[in-house]
Amino acid sequence: MAKAENKTRSPLFHIVKREPLPWYGALGVRAGAIVIALLLSAVVIMLLTQKNPIEIYKAMFEGAFGSSNRIWNLLQQLSMLLCVSLAVTPAFKMKFWNIGAEGQVLVGGLATVSVMMFFGDKMSLPVLLITMIAASIFAGIIWALLPAVAKALWNTNETLFTLMMNYVAIQLIAYFLKKFVKSGSGVLTPMPEYGLPILADKPYLLNIIIVAVLTIMVYIYLKYSKQGYEISVVGESENTAKYIGINVKKVIIRTLIISGALCGIAGLLLVGGTDHTISTTTAGGRGFTAIMVSWLAKFNPIVMVLTSFIIVFLERGAEQVSSQFRISSSISDIVTGIILFFIIGCEFFLQYKIVFSKHRKENE
Amino acid sequence: MNSSNNIALECRNITKTFGSVVANKNVNLSVKKGEILSILGENGSGKTTLMNMISGIYFPDEGSILVDGKEVTIRSPKDAFDLKIGMIHQHFKLVDVFSGTENIVLGMRNKKFNIKKAYQEIKETCDKYGFEIDLNKKIYDLSVSEKQTIEIVKVIYKGADILILDEPTAVLTPQEITKLFNVLRKMRDDGKAIIIITHKLNEVLEISDRVSVLRKGEYIGTVETKNATEQSLTEMMVGEKISLDIERSEPKNSVDRLIVKGVDCFNSDGIKVLDDISFTAKSGEILGIAGISGSGQRELLEAIAGLQKLSGGEVIYHDPKTDKEENLRNKTPIEIRNLGVRLSFVPEDRLGMGLVGNMGITDNMMLRSYKKGKSFFLQKREPKKLANKIIEDLKVVTPDANTPVRRLSGGNVQKVLVGREIAASPTVLMAAYPVRGLDINSSYTIYNLLTEQKEKGVAVIFVGEDLDVLIDLCDRILVLSGGRVTGIVDGRTTKKEELGLLMTKTKQGKEND
Amino acid sequence: MLAFLVSAIRLGMTFLLGSTGETITEKSGHLNLGTPGVMCVGAACGCYAEYLYFKAVGVFGINPVVAVILPILATLIGSALMGVIFCFLTVTLRVNQNVTGLALTTFGVGVSDFLIANTTPIFSKGSKYFTAHLSFADDLGWFGQIFFSHGILIYLAIIIALLSAFVLNKTKIGLHLRAVGENPATADAAGISVSKYRYAATCIGCGISGLGGLSFIMDYLNGNWEYCIDAIGWLAIALVIFTVWKPNLAIIGSIIFGALYIVSTYIQGFAIETKEIFKMLPYIVTVIVLLFTSIRDSKNSQPPQSLGLNYFREER
Repeated sequence: MAKAENKTRSPLFHIVKREPLPWYGALGVRAGAIVIALLLSAVVIMLLTQKNPIEIYKAMFEGAFGSSNRIWNLLQQLSMLLCVSLAVTPAFKMKFWNIGAEGQVLVGGLATVSVMMFFGDKMSLPVLLITMIAASIFAGIIWALLPAVAKALWNTNETLFTLMMNYVAIQLIAYFLKKFVKSGSGVLTPMPEYGLPILADKPYLLNIIIVAVLTIMVYIYLKYSKQGYEISVVGESENTAKYIGINVKKVIIRTLIISGALCGIAGLLLVGGTDHTISTTTAGGRGFTAIMVSWLAKFNPIVMVLTSFIIVFLERGAEQVSSQFRISSSISDIVTGIILFFIIGCEFFLQYKIVFSKHRKENE
Repeated sequence: MNSSNNIALECRNITKTFGSVVANKNVNLSVKKGEILSILGENGSGKTTLMNMISGIYFPDEGSILVDGKEVTIRSPKDAFDLKIGMIHQHFKLVDVFSGTENIVLGMRNKKFNIKKAYQEIKETCDKYGFEIDLNKKIYDLSVSEKQTIEIVKVIYKGADILILDEPTAVLTPQEITKLFNVLRKMRDDGKAIIIITHKLNEVLEISDRVSVLRKGEYIGTVETKNATEQSLTEMMVGEKISLDIERSEPKNSVDRLIVKGVDCFNSDGIKVLDDISFTAKSGEILGIAGISGSGQRELLEAIAGLQKLSGGEVIYHDPKTDKEENLRNKTPIEIRNLGVRLSFVPEDRLGMGLVGNMGITDNMMLRSYKKGKSFFLQKREPKKLANKIIEDLKVVTPDANTPVRRLSGGNVQKVLVGREIAASPTVLMAAYPVRGLDINSSYTIYNLLTEQKEKGVAVIFVGEDLDVLIDLCDRILVLSGGRVTGIVDGRTTKKEELGLLMTKTKQGKEND
Repeated sequence: MLAFLVSAIRLGMTFLLGSTGETITEKSGHLNLGTPGVMCVGAACGCYAEYLYFKAVGVFGINPVVAVILPILATLIGSALMGVIFCFLTVTLRVNQNVTGLALTTFGVGVSDFLIANTTPIFSKGSKYFTAHLSFADDLGWFGQIFFSHGILIYLAIIIALLSAFVLNKTKIGLHLRAVGENPATADAAGISVSKYRYAATCIGCGISGLGGLSFIMDYLNGNWEYCIDAIGWLAIALVIFTVWKPNLAIIGSIIFGALYIVSTYIQGFAIETKEIFKMLPYIVTVIVLLFTSIRDSKNSQPPQSLGLNYFREER
């Protein structure tokens, strides 16, 4: 008995699942996390740079909203990140970890730039535009479809498959640039003459409008369409899906076609509507950031506007900070990282609560 | 061995409650060294709870456990282990990609790790008790009985003197059972105390020295096996008939609705879970299905609903409107629905299969109906109406129709599920354990709903575990045992003892329909 | 040809360290997509420590042993701390591993760039100590070139890989670790602490991956900092899959990866763009391996069964 007694120790607390918080509670926890994260980032910045953190935050704000140009820039960046986030969301909602958005965007862009380069002077503008759109969507679909089919047929791990496809896409672009840029510099001269039309003299306006429309469409698709409903059921419980007779394989493939198509559109907007050229960094890590944007917003496209805004604001602001105070621009990644850790970590407190033990019987 | 310190394990006045449910009440139990004790009881009689307390998974509210005559505290599986108590669970705890040896040594402490030496030692243990098993094979290459052997060897190798086996024969073939029993006898002769939980009376009589019986959480008594018969054990197990006051009407205009002929089915482990099942479900009556849990009830319903692949037999549906017959064998749920078969199914796993826990009632209503119509978009108006109707008619307690059903109580979840299935105005309604975990009032709501459907001319199939309910509610009762039909009896004339005997029968009996 | 092989080995060992670390992590059931960030931080911490050390002692006070040991220690500590962050979020706070890993990569790239931005990003002085090799290697011709001409990190990589393979497959700790990654519920029932094993494996794994970053800068690039270690990190993750979670296989696999990565610069007659196609090959062969193993469904070459899934006892 003594032996058994000695080995017993009662934990100080244990963790239990909590009832979901009301919306204001959940919002409060998240807001609290962001505030703590900002304070902590301030301390980190102060330690690293010996600058007054308030000055730094002021500079960040300046960087994001300081001029109409900056605001346009912010909106453009926001819409691009949002577009990729929209693309990955249907797949995530189905619990299909598509972390290959980066590659899907890049091949979409590559398809666009190829059309611009090889057919730009051979087609009338409307035909060219349609070809660009079709090519980019098609390329994005192919890149997403391969892992989806493998998942449906052989249950291949989609996280690893989609991850690998990113780098195949990057190398494909590197190949393209080496092969077709005659100067050998590897930098493709922009071809704005074949780009998407510019509305009201605002170069990014069309992108922003398209993404805004897409946001609403994806929101409606997920929430109000039968296919969106099937995605939710498959994501929640494959058993239930089978019970009511949903063809799970079909839903996986169909959803990834949509995911890939949206990534292709993102590639189109980045190449045809923004850069008018391509490089291996055209997607700029958005394929990965989008995963966090989507996850933090709990796969709700409307909330994703907010989460992608937070991230873009941090990026733009930190850029300003680094140029204004002559510190490394990497400070932006550090601050983004810290804030992400906090927002991610606070999910725990939304789902669980810590109960301190009252009596020892509750052991283990 | 002299008798005074012969008792290996003793439980005194053990009580355990979960919330308001009493799982064990003043249970007394003792097992001697060199003895095999059987524990007998229906589902929900508290056998597994009791064993879980002995093996350290739960902690008793009251009472004491004595090992070798000394009172002990068992707070974790590790404590149980230190007291040389080993439990072999029904669901094996094995790592698939490890070899047998690796699984057996997993978690061992205070020993220098030497897998070759361990292999030798384990091999010796195996030889001693006559286990024939290749310890180098990976678990995924083993059959179920071999996996069980690994579990038993694991417990013995780690030095257990008290072994608890939770329904070890449920997954074995007769030959394998014979082998297992030989091993158990050898271990008994070696001085180990063995507790075996089983439902099969013939096995109880064959293997055990004494039998302890539990009923509804209470300890009924212990008898020497040599003084017991199947009859006497059944009486102890099922107890007196309690009248439940369920109104049962006479079936009207009964016609054959669903004819099941010689259905065979294997599960993913390659075990035959349904063996030559034949029966007829008639319109306007409730057909009960009784049996120890895991006798094939779930597979049978799923086979009819198109969720299990059959390896033999036919499921014929007789359409009341067209008077045509359709074979449902190996059709998907959608194909069955497209044939115009109105088959409703309340599965056992409510939140994992029948409903989506994170969706509200309205969205869950759509599971059955969302495909209707050509529109690309969901039609929410009808489901919403239906949701509100169910909330009102069945008195579902919920903040609103959009609250995730996961947050509702068990009874309310079940009302939502049954309500939806009935709303499809089925011609066949299958319900698996529809009152499990429900309080009395909710249970009666469900009984009334089923009776109502029967009176509407629906062929109702009801899988239940409480024999009192089955006898009072059903017109006919089919008894399953080990995937076979051991009898179909009349609900109005049958006795609990008769059902109990049929449930524990291992060989196919005569149908006295 | 010889130079090509030597170069392939040097680059390959960078991959090997990265993938061995990730393999250990994944064996515990953690899919750490933060490995690229971890490798960046590892490299940066090592280089930064070297920078500080040289600054402190001046050119003449350098002790070659300290100049090697100090960065290695700094790398181990820095990257293990990254592992702590990952584990705190995924084990203690039970957050999704993919999301945490990606955030960790963002963070790690930022931290490493920041550290390096505060130095002069050329560490060739320090690199000398890392690439120093036994003098007799030069006398042994091609044999010496291939086997004895390398710096300490190259041998360390092979030793670590072999040691990891041994620990994973032949020891009790390895057995327990694999059980945790395959079936945490079973491990828990057998009295193995899932959390402790996951913390330990991930931190050690991150430490080893971090050394890969250090090796890339100090050995392969001879001390010239390049902002592309994260790309190496992704390749390391690919290598884990390519070698089906076996560190001893990874020794060969890593050299193949290294060779594919640089082959085009060594073979005459290829167009410049073909080089990029060769660089694509490691990923393509990895996809093929992934597909092949899932189609064949051989249980021996599958990812750990609970890879990417967090474990909480109450939700069993």
